[in-house]
Amino acid sequence: MFTPAFFQANEKQETHFHTIVNCITQSMKTQIIGRSYDEVAICFFNTKEKKNLQDLAGVYVYNVGDRDPLDRPTAKLIKDFSCIEDSFMDNIGSRYGITAGSRENTLYNALWVAQALLRKGYTVSKRILIFTNEDNPFGAITGAVKTDMIRTTVQRAKVLLAFLQDAQDLGLSIELLPLSRPDEEFNMSLFYADLIGLDGDEITEYLPSAGEKLEDMTDQLRKRIMKKRRVKTLSFAITNDVCIEVNTYALVRPTTPGTITWLDSLSNIPLKTERSFICNDTGALLQDPQMRFQMYNDTVVKFSVRELSEVKRVSSHHLRLLGFKPLDCLKDYHNLRPSTFIYPSDEHIFGSTRVFVALHSSMLRLGRFALAFYGNPTRPQLVALVAQTNKPKMGGVLQKIIMQIHLYKMTHICLYSGQVESPGMHMIYLPYSDDIRYPEEVHLTSDDAPRATDEQIKKASNLLKRIDLKDFSVSHFANPGLQRHYGILEALALGEDEMPDIKDETLPDEKGLARPGVVKAIDEFKASVYGENYDQEEAEAASAKASHGDAAKKRKAITDAASLKSAAYDWAELADNGKDMTVVELKSYLTAHDLPVSGKKEALISRILTHLGK
Amino acid sequence: MHGVLQEIKNICSILVHKKLVYNRSDEVGIVLFGTKETCNELAKELGGYKHVTVAHEIKVVDEGTSQALQNLPAGSVPGKVLDAIVVGLDMMIRKIGNTKGKRRLCLITSAQHSLRDPPEGTKEDQVDTIADQMKRHDIKMECIVFREPGVHHGAVMEENDRLLYQFRNRSVAKVVQVDSPTSLLGALKTRNVLPVTVFRGDLEVSSNFRIKVWVYKKTAEEKFPTLKKYSDKAPPSDKFASHEVKVDYEYKSIVEPDKVVPPDQRIKGYRYGPQVVPISSAEWEAVKFKPEKGVKLLGFTDRSSILRHHFMKDVCLFIPEPGNTKATLAVSAIARAMHQMNKVAIGRCVWRQGQGNVAFGVLTPNISSVNNVQDSFYFNVLPFAEDIREFQFRSFSSLPSSSQPTEEQQEAADNLVKMLDLAPPGREYTKSHAGYTVLFQRFYSYLDLKAKQPDANVPPLERCLKRITEPDPDVIDQQTPLIQNLGKAFELKENPKKKKGRTQDRLAYTAGDQSKSAAEPSVEKDGILAVLYPPTENIGEIRDLNPVQDFEAMLAKRSSSTWVQKAFEEMQKYTTALLENSREGDNYHKALECFAALRKACIIEQEPDEFNQFLTKTYERLKNGDVASFFQLLSSKNISLISKEEAPDSDATEEMARSFYLKQEAASQ
Repeated sequence: MFTPAFFQANEKQETHFHTIVNCITQSMKTQIIGRSYDEVAICFFNTKEKKNLQDLAGVYVYNVGDRDPLDRPTAKLIKDFSCIEDSFMDNIGSRYGITAGSRENTLYNALWVAQALLRKGYTVSKRILIFTNEDNPFGAITGAVKTDMIRTTVQRAKVLLAFLQDAQDLGLSIELLPLSRPDEEFNMSLFYADLIGLDGDEITEYLPSAGEKLEDMTDQLRKRIMKKRRVKTLSFAITNDVCIEVNTYALVRPTTPGTITWLDSLSNIPLKTERSFICNDTGALLQDPQMRFQMYNDTVVKFSVRELSEVKRVSSHHLRLLGFKPLDCLKDYHNLRPSTFIYPSDEHIFGSTRVFVALHSSMLRLGRFALAFYGNPTRPQLVALVAQTNKPKMGGVLQKIIMQIHLYKMTHICLYSGQVESPGMHMIYLPYSDDIRYPEEVHLTSDDAPRATDEQIKKASNLLKRIDLKDFSVSHFANPGLQRHYGILEALALGEDEMPDIKDETLPDEKGLARPGVVKAIDEFKASVYGENYDQEEAEAASAKASHGDAAKKRKAITDAASLKSAAYDWAELADNGKDMTVVELKSYLTAHDLPVSGKKEALISRILTHLGK
Repeated sequence: MHGVLQEIKNICSILVHKKLVYNRSDEVGIVLFGTKETCNELAKELGGYKHVTVAHEIKVVDEGTSQALQNLPAGSVPGKVLDAIVVGLDMMIRKIGNTKGKRRLCLITSAQHSLRDPPEGTKEDQVDTIADQMKRHDIKMECIVFREPGVHHGAVMEENDRLLYQFRNRSVAKVVQVDSPTSLLGALKTRNVLPVTVFRGDLEVSSNFRIKVWVYKKTAEEKFPTLKKYSDKAPPSDKFASHEVKVDYEYKSIVEPDKVVPPDQRIKGYRYGPQVVPISSAEWEAVKFKPEKGVKLLGFTDRSSILRHHFMKDVCLFIPEPGNTKATLAVSAIARAMHQMNKVAIGRCVWRQGQGNVAFGVLTPNISSVNNVQDSFYFNVLPFAEDIREFQFRSFSSLPSSSQPTEEQQEAADNLVKMLDLAPPGREYTKSHAGYTVLFQRFYSYLDLKAKQPDANVPPLERCLKRITEPDPDVIDQQTPLIQNLGKAFELKENPKKKKGRTQDRLAYTAGDQSKSAAEPSVEKDGILAVLYPPTENIGEIRDLNPVQDFEAMLAKRSSSTWVQKAFEEMQKYTTALLENSREGDNYHKALECFAALRKACIIEQEPDEFNQFLTKTYERLKNGDVASFFQLLSSKNISLISKEEAPDSDATEEMARSFYLKQEAASQ
């Protein structure tokens, strides 16, 4: 859990202020979806007005409604904060740097306030982000006073860090997001390097990465962040007497839009669901029935819940190793559900990790996967265990992550869209033979199926080379439906007038496909498999179908027959004697007039009457 | 062949049992061949067709059908496959005449005896004639050829195989070769699902190049039959009672628990931060994501950039539109090019108009090895960026040396992986992927038993089913010394401190889960409550009466990850308060229990730092106060830091844990 507090050094530069308000708003919008239990406080420093519990000058803690200063973000907070620019000068106001002569040190005060705010909450990780474009906050002051101020402020920060670390927090970090002024670059070494504890090369590397970070914050994917929790602990029997312990984790699972809470549409108060069981024969109310039944050979066969669970228990072990197979025996269609990740644990059985590591490295080296039986009581089945190294998926990203860890002492890598494949095994659920279908054999012909010639394959290869997705990774594609859902939710919650326009990243790159090289490759391939005049033939076939198609003919015949038949009745009198006519007779009219023929008899009659204009 | 009669009986019984459940009006007949006696219509009318016995005439499935399967006689005469096929075919044609319907012939044979020469023409001609008849009546055949491993393939067998494959080439039959009893179980389709297309239309490579394809499911998980809830309220005299239970849901306002809110007054709400945003379905309909129906290719990429474990769902198969030669050629060319270049295609599919989301996935080539089957693509759904959870795990190379295998151990593992090979060259254990749905077989045979004896107990697992859940005894026997070696190489010890842990109970779930199944409904209810009441409003509190139980209850509510965190926080607050308010050690016992419970939970949840920091801090703060003696109590009960050995994430070594109290004392002096 993060508890970021935002500081705002505010200067005349409207653009900087705007950038930062935008960045904070966006990052709160992401946070409220991704980690809605994280708490946030916003506080401005170097302001004219003051508002804080300690009543320190030059610090303004921004808040709305009856929210605690440090609390979960709400829609109102985001909404009000996003338009703070208009009222900022009137309500809060700002000053230029720390003025000479005044003994007040607003940055020092701000750190005090932050410490007080962050006192809340045990065992969480906490983060302070400082946004500023003033690289030399004590610039106007000179001499001993300045040195003194720098010293006390830096000390304050150290004390703050020490205090919070002492309060058994998982981690606290102070981060700086500097914004350079147009004429000069933000000079870290003047003051802030000391504050956040950087030295040497770190200082030079810090600036560019901080800029990137600002962008990341503004432009983050709305994504629910899950805390690392294991799903289950399993015993994994490798042989009859070697049985180790492994933990399972869900690394890949479809994300749903979130749970639906039913509300009363009048009062918007949540509803609770009550379930009741009613006997179909007598209408009596039942307690939760414990018996189940199945029709079998036209008789009722009853089972108790206990008997059913016993039937489902077929194996005494969670996971039982059956043997190993080369990786190419695992076919593309051997899949049913998202895989589960397993990682060894020595919690109950010492030495489990060692066995697992040995097996893992053998399997990797020999290119094998393990076949095991997973005695899960809901669905016992065969699984493939595929060893995974911890190689990064994309080299560049890992480097970036390491750099960020290094600089920010970040513990939560997931903030950045990096992706590292974890070491361990992936459990892939295999289909039983009954789960595999053979649709390719449905439309068999006695003759050999046509096969592409070498020439056609060559053309296809050329096409493949042309439409190549470089550096493809699934993490580049957001779920358009889900993002739209979040967007709508946000718009409704914040009372925005316009529905957001979410870019669908899963659509093909039309521009790329229109490049002459690609078009040429496609046309060549098309000509080689379809023949030169395919489009023309298709068009002709389509038009021929439309005018002389068998189906069309048939439909015409039916309509003709129906109109003949329907002509035999006096439809004007339908209103009086409609009930006496049969459905077939009624339908003949409907067919003749090309109306829908579905529905009950009353619906048919009323449809005819409407058509007649009555 | 006689050795597997039991398995054949099993598999055929399942077929009949399933029909009794799902397809009550299906008709089944049974023909045995290679029997001593002869009993079939053709023999009576035309003569010949010796040693073929009709064990059961074709009629609607009933008790008698499964009865007929119970005592399959072991034949004593060489069986003639073609004769049996002709008799079966003749029975079918007589029975159904020209009426429409789905028919199939299932042939289970070892096909190892020579066939008699037909009165005229060759055997091949005879096969052609039979195949024509099958085609005319739209009958498909499944041949399962069982040969025990190591059987010498003589000229006779080869001829028989050739004849059977000739049926396949005439596209009236499917031939499956099996070599073990378990794979025999998987070879017969016990329930035939009529394949239905998921999508028919264009596979759009670019706006002016489309390929006409049909999409089918390739795999689909067969579900355990959903049993209905039984009501015993109907009077026993009522012969037509349905005994069904209707489940009724009522929505009630939290404020007025007696008032039922009608469906049209309900509105859906989604959580946005702490509040719930109501969205009416009409509003939703207007703005929601509505992708256009169609299948589009994004492009191609290297196979290596797709991770196998990212496959999300059951698999689809793209086949070119049947009868469309051009589409077949296009699919074939692209599939073969992909195969040669080791590439895959990325696609985006909207199967139906009005589908709420897109299926984003990967097309991989499926090059057909059979002449009359077209090339096609498999389609696997890939996760979106939101679906991937980036948890971090320690890399194995950074683990302490106590967790690293020695060279000797590594060698033992290598040997195991090499020798426990299920796919030695030339002969793959087909069962491995094709194991029969163990569970269902067990359920159906129990169902059948229960129909006869309503109070029967669950029978033990049958031998052939056990073989699927356990390693093949043949493989194990061959490698016994090797397996013993592995046992010797590694030393596994139970953690003595971890007796009767929550997890351990789960680890050994061999017997007697009666209490668990009885408790299940209430767990389910909790789940619903948690959904209805957002956690903030219904947070479990740690109360004075039974703190440890409350804490464990909170932990057990795993519906949301915040619960665990919350539980830890609450427990820490509570324990601190206990100590601070303690007068002369009156709360010590309770606090000790709390410490122990928290420690255990932190180990189970792999959050050692949580506990270690809490302990350190509490100790630092209180060690010189009134409650200093409490820490002696803790120390005596071995409640110290969680060490690396207990939780790998911990920063504390065992040494640190042991000397924790001592060192701190020394430091303070």
